[in-house]
Amino acid sequence: MVQEVISGNYAQSYAAKLARVQVVSAYPITPQTSIVERIAEFVAAGELRAEYIKVESEHSAMQACISAAALGARTYTATSSQGLLLMHELLHWAAGARAPVVMGVVNRAVAPPWSIWTDHADTISQRDTGWIQFYCESNQEVLDTTLLAFRLAEHADVLLPAMITEDAFFLSHTVEPVDIPSQEQVDEFLPPRVTKMAIRPGTIGRLGSFTGPDLYMEFRHKIAQAMERSADLFLEIEDDYERLTGRNHGGPLPTYQVDDADAVLITMGTATTTARAVVDAMRARGKKVGLAKLRAFRPFPVREIRQLGARVDRIGVLDRSFTFGAAGAAFTEVVGALYGSRHRPRVRDFVAGIGGRDITPQAVDEMFTALLKDRGPEVDWVGLKHRLEVNRRG
Amino acid sequence: MARLTIPAEEYMRAGHSACPGCGATLVMRYLLKGLGPNTIVTVPACCWTVIGTPFPTTAIDVPMVDCAFEATGASVSGLRAAADAMGLKDVTIVGFAGDGGTADIGIQALSGMLERRTDAIYVMYDNEAYMNTGIQRSGATPRGAWTTTTPVDQAARGKPEVKKDVMAIVAAHKPAYAATVNVAFPEDFLKKVERAKAIRGPRFFHALSPCPPGWRYPPEKTIAVGRLATDTNVFPLYEVEDGTYRINRKLGKAKPVAEYLRAQGRFGHLTEIEIAEIQADIDTRWKRLLALEALG
Repeated sequence: MVQEVISGNYAQSYAAKLARVQVVSAYPITPQTSIVERIAEFVAAGELRAEYIKVESEHSAMQACISAAALGARTYTATSSQGLLLMHELLHWAAGARAPVVMGVVNRAVAPPWSIWTDHADTISQRDTGWIQFYCESNQEVLDTTLLAFRLAEHADVLLPAMITEDAFFLSHTVEPVDIPSQEQVDEFLPPRVTKMAIRPGTIGRLGSFTGPDLYMEFRHKIAQAMERSADLFLEIEDDYERLTGRNHGGPLPTYQVDDADAVLITMGTATTTARAVVDAMRARGKKVGLAKLRAFRPFPVREIRQLGARVDRIGVLDRSFTFGAAGAAFTEVVGALYGSRHRPRVRDFVAGIGGRDITPQAVDEMFTALLKDRGPEVDWVGLKHRLEVNRRG
Repeated sequence: MARLTIPAEEYMRAGHSACPGCGATLVMRYLLKGLGPNTIVTVPACCWTVIGTPFPTTAIDVPMVDCAFEATGASVSGLRAAADAMGLKDVTIVGFAGDGGTADIGIQALSGMLERRTDAIYVMYDNEAYMNTGIQRSGATPRGAWTTTTPVDQAARGKPEVKKDVMAIVAAHKPAYAATVNVAFPEDFLKKVERAKAIRGPRFFHALSPCPPGWRYPPEKTIAVGRLATDTNVFPLYEVEDGTYRINRKLGKAKPVAEYLRAQGRFGHLTEIEIAEIQADIDTRWKRLLALEALG
């Protein structure tokens, strides 16, 4: 193991190289580009023996990965924002074809207006495509989670694609010390992909096909079952990874200072680091607040959310995107998970950090304070400069 | 005994779910006869999605990988990359798409595949409309043809625009090999498939695929209509290799286009004047093709 000071994007590239990906297919988009540039350098230097397809669009990038995976290849791509949205059709396809493609996504706001800064609208809007989704707080987590994702996605009981996300610039272009496991360690953790399902010349078979109402539903149910199985397998695989590297990021919903907390904030991605510092500062002032980091959005950690709900009375959810209905997606999922539980804490939604707006310690402090005082709207946009008044009649 | 020029081996099975007289079945049948069993076919949304028969059955004796409508070129590149990465030797990767999936929605992925010089064969089976969805006009529908989205009525005379010249678009990418084939000329078809199989790099076939329900002619006339397409110069047989054009069938005097048009209900509304305009178009295109061949 060596320590290097690298960006979140390079953490993706290093993970793909250590995973010995066989087919890479990618198209450039800011702020993802340095991931695929670094991989191109690895291939050019002969350090990674992979076929690298320079496709003409993200849509084609995903199709090429899916078809390569059909032959049993370990595949990787990376994208962001508009590129991910262009892939949408193929994201569904990857899950339906049970292609365990692993993809790095740099979370970037969606146009218009154009923005290259972070929020989670791009990946959150892909939540129903059958992809496993991990959100990362640090560059170390990016590297480790990418390696975990290969193992999980390719597991015979899963065979689903997985995306590992990192906040634009906060991780993608910020360097941090990252422990990089040795090739031997990774080879032990992640052997070459083996699948009985691979298409081979000389055999007869069709991958994809079409079905009537007599079978289609069963195909979908199998995806649902695989997603469900992936939840427990992820815990096992992370334990395995810890045995090799000594690192475990704590499953799908690691918590901080929640045992005696009066209020807990659920965060995703880099806002977690800010929130942790705020928890420490508020604890120093005698405020009992805690934190839960939503690492896995798919599968959604219903069990862990319910366990958390049984321990605290007030939960805030920090949504770094808004699903233009009634609330943020993380909020509705958390509330949905808790409704089936006997313990139903009060849950509030804080929509913040949209389009790269800073989520300041002060803003997080305001969220905790609102939770503790039990005051304010159920869904609140935090950090707006101009709060437009809605004209109401009568 | 006459020499057999068509391999006896069959890689396509009876029991497929194509319409009677479907040209697209013959395109696949002849293609696989020429390529043999060490082949993987990727197919987007098109008639062949259905012809290939539903899960858990299949109509061909080689693996078939379904892909998204507009992504055949990318699927081909992915399969080739994986075959290379995994050391699968001598496997021929084939993209098999309709004219809508190639000339319209899939042209970007096709262009990408050709520009990347993916070592594979792309076949556009051209039935000149979106036939699987029920005869809507495509970029490959010829001028004057009736389709369900180019109706013939008081103020409409079928498709007003000319057919997209996909071969010219492909040739502009300087592929290793490109050829037109016609199910009515199986010997020429097989010769070209065998030629293409021996070449590495991006290869392309524009395969005329007559369609009884879409073109409005009786199913038993598929071969006759196909022959007329070539013998009237509507669909010349030619190949492009290393930029050199070679016309494979030249009649001393081509038949009048009217013979081809009159054989199909989709052109039934055309007046003598409209037919004369189409004849002029065809003559111009044929002259241009002769000129390309003369460039050597």
